[in-house]
Amino acid sequence: MADTLVVVEHQEGAFKKTTLSTITAAKTYSGLAGGEVDALVLGSGIAAVADTVAAYGVRKVLLGEGAVFAKYLAVTYAPVVAQVVKEKGYGAVFAPASTFGKDFMPRLSGLLDAPLASDIMGLAKEGDKLLVRRPMYAGNAIATVELAGSPLLFTVRQTAFDAATTSGAKAPVEAVSVSADPAGSAFVSRQETKSERPELTEARVIVSAGRGIKAQENFKLVEELADLFHAAIGASRAAVDAGWAPNDWQVGQTGKIVAPELYFALGISGAIQHLAGMKDSKVIVAINKDEEAPIFQVADYGLVADLFKAVPELISEIKKLKTA
Amino acid sequence: MKIIVAIKPVPNPDEKVKIRPDGSGVILDNVKMVINPFCEIAVEEGLRIKEKQGGEVVILTVGPKEGEQQIRTALAMGADRAILVETEKGLDSLAVAKFMSKAVEQEKPDLVLMGKQAVDDDNNQVGQILAAILSWPQATFASKVEFVADGKKAHVTREVDGGLETIEVPLPAIVTTDLRLNEPRYASLPGIMKAKKKELKVIPGASLGVDAAPKVRLLSLTAPKERAGGRKVADVAELVAKLKNEAKVL
Ligand SMILES: Cc1cc2nc3c(=O)[nH]c(=O)nc-3n(C[C@H](O)[C@H](O)[C@H](O)COP(=O)(O)OP(=O)(O)OC[C@H]3O[C@@H](n4cnc5c(N)ncnc54)[C@H](O)[C@@H]3O)c2cc1C
Ligand SMILES: Nc1ncnc2c1ncn2[C@@H]1O[C@H](COP(=O)(O)O)[C@@H](O)[C@H]1O
Repeated sequence: MADTLVVVEHQEGAFKKTTLSTITAAKTYSGLAGGEVDALVLGSGIAAVADTVAAYGVRKVLLGEGAVFAKYLAVTYAPVVAQVVKEKGYGAVFAPASTFGKDFMPRLSGLLDAPLASDIMGLAKEGDKLLVRRPMYAGNAIATVELAGSPLLFTVRQTAFDAATTSGAKAPVEAVSVSADPAGSAFVSRQETKSERPELTEARVIVSAGRGIKAQENFKLVEELADLFHAAIGASRAAVDAGWAPNDWQVGQTGKIVAPELYFALGISGAIQHLAGMKDSKVIVAINKDEEAPIFQVADYGLVADLFKAVPELISEIKKLKTA
Repeated sequence: MKIIVAIKPVPNPDEKVKIRPDGSGVILDNVKMVINPFCEIAVEEGLRIKEKQGGEVVILTVGPKEGEQQIRTALAMGADRAILVETEKGLDSLAVAKFMSKAVEQEKPDLVLMGKQAVDDDNNQVGQILAAILSWPQATFASKVEFVADGKKAHVTREVDGGLETIEVPLPAIVTTDLRLNEPRYASLPGIMKAKKKELKVIPGASLGVDAAPKVRLLSLTAPKERAGGRKVADVAELVAKLKNEAKVL
């Protein structure tokens, strides 16, 4: 019975929670196909990441260290994962469908001539067939696909699987010897979006704004509402393109896929591509001055109003509740 | 600089697709086909690079003959010529990339520009797979491309979770485009006239010796669960009351 490998995401030694839903997906797979789940951490100075992952119910953690992996590059990651997969005979590889997994997993697919299902939402078995569910057409069609060959590769939609929880026991950490040649590719610089707020993909509440917010300084209003919930802030493409919000706040088909308990859409029309990223939220509140805006079709609570009047009122009402 | 831009025809992304009753695919009758928006951005970037430093922009599509319409649109935007590797519809990403690799090996470009994602299958795979097959460097999700070292290398700024990242890649390389790389131009009327006379080379896929047997097979499509949305509240007071008492999120 072939085993399954999870490639752990971290940002230069900072463990990323995207890995936790990926572990759950990998365990769902091994429950159907058999075998055990191991994790692979690649990087430099990442023993702490390996130690963190070891608590989440994997059989063992493979630790591949080397200065060449200090900065992530697909061109060094993919061949090393390929090497580990071949040497240890893994039958499946899982990674998060984050910009990390989306970058190197297809390269791995090309190196191994192995099938990759992107952004998977579910796994099931029908007879001998493994059925994989994944979204197409901005989530307006859910495809069931079947993969042929070996190993099978998957990137995992974070909102579709619960985060793995710690198991109490710690899995052993095993060093693997790895090396790679970047062949001229190199990391140059990184411009981090600094924020005290929770990550969009992890937040319980998200307040998003679109073109209707009209200017960057009006995001103050958004922040004020978000502060009441310790919420993350999101944006439509229009708001990001206008330069009012950083790129990694974009929610949608080609941005972040989110499913919080509560999602506020302020001055967002509800284009197909935006809905693709947030329509699995538990409760959706839309404030828009156009009663015909498509966002109202998915909103649990739609308020037809000028957001510059309604949002300050909303903030003061919620504050009253909190102090009552 | 010689640039290949890979474009894929997709159904108009602003229309919600309808799924065939038997779940075998989507209904494409009367649906307008367009260039995948990310590929349009790739075409625009190719044209801008050419306008700055000279060279040639070659459009590449893998698929059935119908794709000629979108190829002509890319030529009308200003691309120089095009290659259609003629195959059946619905190949998987590995097969598409293998066909492309043959065309790239014949053309020997300095740069291949592609979309990060085709908005029909939403795979986000072909560029990276092609890079692996060719053993070329890759820079995905580009929001800025600059050339350094006398045009032997590119600095590509990438839209990643958490912000922006810039990497250096030697050429030839594969670059996939993100939304904010540029604003694609429209085809002009003279452009459309000229496009009719531009070279479109059709290469029968079967002549390329590629094993295109699908490794990812689509079994069926279903519609997602619809939300029971659509309820309106009269004012902020009602909204707050509902959030507190009904949704219990306050
Ligand atoms: C390939 C591709 C990928 C895309 N990916 C994404 C994606 O990932 N995410 C995404 O969001 N978009 C994406 N888009 C863009 C998408 O199609 C829409 O253009 C975008 O979502 C619109 O943003 P918006 O709703 O903020 O702006 P608009 O559509 O302009 O809507 C603004 C809304 O604000 C309302 N409004 C204005 N003033 C006020 C006021 N004072 N009070 C209350 N309401 C007000 C208006 O009534 C209107 O409904 C993509 C597009 C393409 C082609
Ligand atoms: N059949 C095709 N013909 C030409 N280019 C394609 C084709 N399929 C995918 N591509 C390119 O690969 C990119 C990513 O597509 P995908 O991996 O399918 O999401 C697209 O934006 C195109 O640039």
